[in-house]
Amino acid sequence: MSLLQIKNLSVEFGSEKNPFRAVEGLDLSVDQGEIVGIVGESGSGKSVTMMAMMGLLEGQGRIVADELTFDGKNLLTISARERRKIVGKDIAMIFQDPMTSLNPSYTVGYQIMEVLKVHQGLRGAELRARALELMELVEIPAAKTRLEAYPHQLSGGMSQRVMIAVALACNPKLLIADEPTTALDVTIQAQIMDLLVNLQKERNMALLMITHDLAVIAEVAHRVAVMYAGQVAEEGSVPQLFRHPVHPYTQALLSSIPEHSKGARRLVTLPGIVPGQYDRPSGCLLSPRCPYAQERCRNERPGITAHEHGAVRCFYPLFEKKEAP
Amino acid sequence: MSQTVLQARDLTRHYEVSQGFMKPKAVVKALNGVSFELKAGKTLAVVGESGCGKSTLARQLTLIEAPTAGSLVLDGVDIAHAGKAELKALRSKVQMVFQNPYASLNPRQKVGDQLGEPLLINTKLTAKEREDKVKAMMKRVGLRPEHYYRYPHMFSGGQRQRIAIARAMMLQPQIVIADEPTSALDVSIQAQVLNLFMDLQEEFNTAYVFISHNLAVVEHVADDLMVMYLGRAVEVGSKETIYARPLHPYTQALLSATPSIYPEDRSIKIKIHGELPSPLNPPSGCAFHKRCPYATELCGREVPQLRTLEGREVACHHAETINA
Repeated sequence: MSLLQIKNLSVEFGSEKNPFRAVEGLDLSVDQGEIVGIVGESGSGKSVTMMAMMGLLEGQGRIVADELTFDGKNLLTISARERRKIVGKDIAMIFQDPMTSLNPSYTVGYQIMEVLKVHQGLRGAELRARALELMELVEIPAAKTRLEAYPHQLSGGMSQRVMIAVALACNPKLLIADEPTTALDVTIQAQIMDLLVNLQKERNMALLMITHDLAVIAEVAHRVAVMYAGQVAEEGSVPQLFRHPVHPYTQALLSSIPEHSKGARRLVTLPGIVPGQYDRPSGCLLSPRCPYAQERCRNERPGITAHEHGAVRCFYPLFEKKEAP
Repeated sequence: MSQTVLQARDLTRHYEVSQGFMKPKAVVKALNGVSFELKAGKTLAVVGESGCGKSTLARQLTLIEAPTAGSLVLDGVDIAHAGKAELKALRSKVQMVFQNPYASLNPRQKVGDQLGEPLLINTKLTAKEREDKVKAMMKRVGLRPEHYYRYPHMFSGGQRQRIAIARAMMLQPQIVIADEPTSALDVSIQAQVLNLFMDLQEEFNTAYVFISHNLAVVEHVADDLMVMYLGRAVEVGSKETIYARPLHPYTQALLSATPSIYPEDRSIKIKIHGELPSPLNPPSGCAFHKRCPYATELCGREVPQLRTLEGREVACHHAETINA
């Protein structure tokens, strides 16, 4: 059984009468020890999905799902008290901007120890020793003195390491990383990715990586889900999906990367932009931008169907290579 | 042979920073002797991590600040000896596109007025002529005529960057300095904006200084490449030479740290430890020696100068031995 199982999740914001669907019919499963990537452009619903799962949308969004279970527990019906026991302990999350996710008024050490106090009931010397151990685990140099440091005294890379230490404090089964390296320089990004992947292997935890950077996913993940306008457009194993994308959106996204058009003077582009609240098409959400769109695509919304290597949400998936008309 | 539009020699910019009351002022050497040449219609990419002096360089080139030392020749005029009127004329030849199109446009001014402003200040065109020119440029960058009367908040990020590019191109400058112009955009939008940059360059023969940390983007747009580390250029040369065989260990580390989609594009990872040192207290000798896997005692002692090797310039004591 999967560690995390999401079936047909939808999240709506705004009034009942005129809602905005940020996530629509999302299916996702993550197994123990697996690295799953979610990629998509801004506004595709990547972060909202995770927030819904973590219970961070309380009172704002309406969450509907056929199934939303973590480790056998139903996250939809769970009480707030029960949820607090899971979140931060079995599911941990790190965010994009380490500078703003740490509290500037407390020392780094205090913030690591807080988690240990709440979830593991550690006190005194034992608590301090464990915090120091965590700082060393994430390879922070001079860990002992850094325990007393405030977040503003650390660089971006160091702050992200502290965030990882906080997240790993209770040995989570699932770590969610929301754009963990977007705010960092490339050499620092490489260091942090190395660290995350090593820790994931060592502890056999599940890692769910949300990012807009396809290349990062291609290097580390086992499976990937590509999101577009709140839906999963395509899902599959990593080498397969990047090598042979079958959804027109995945194909367009991959070909718009400079790496794809080496030597060419122009990049291949997908015209137009992601639909917003008021211009959501009635048919397939990609249909206004899709070069292969047919009459059926404009009128009917496709469901997600499984195929040999994954799943795709398209009436006319590109199993054979076709030239864009 | 195309004409040289910009020449920088030993361009240096130091900032004094206060260390606190009664303490001596410290000097940050943000830019420490950078030299290069830019030809009309070509693109020079400046690459490096945060704090390496890329943006300081942009501020010197756009004449926002005067350099502490070194010479800058724009369109044949040495800025050190230029008078006020000459400087004003020069400024209209160098334009800038910034990273964040949400912040670089005035939220309280209509797009048409913002695009017309450079013409209002620098030319004697009538209101009608200005409007026609603005509308022609808007069409050129892929905006519709009705956008003329709209405010920036009504546009998406990609469209705003198009507006910013249109504004920079209004006076048909010889040089456009683009400081991370696509790093705030999604990949599919990034591709649209990069194509626009290429189209405009072909049409107006503009020279670009393209500042970026994204090596995949740089590989696509650049003719020449300058890799910077802590205020100095460490490797300068044509894009083909450097991408085919980077010689400086920092360039190698940057290239190998850039993730790629296809396994065959991935080079062997050279791991560099630690982070960029503080420019307030730079290490002695080669600024990179504390992170460099090949550093020797010589590197801690002497600053390596740029020298020609295999068709490019590189600043490393051991460039031959580590690449043998």
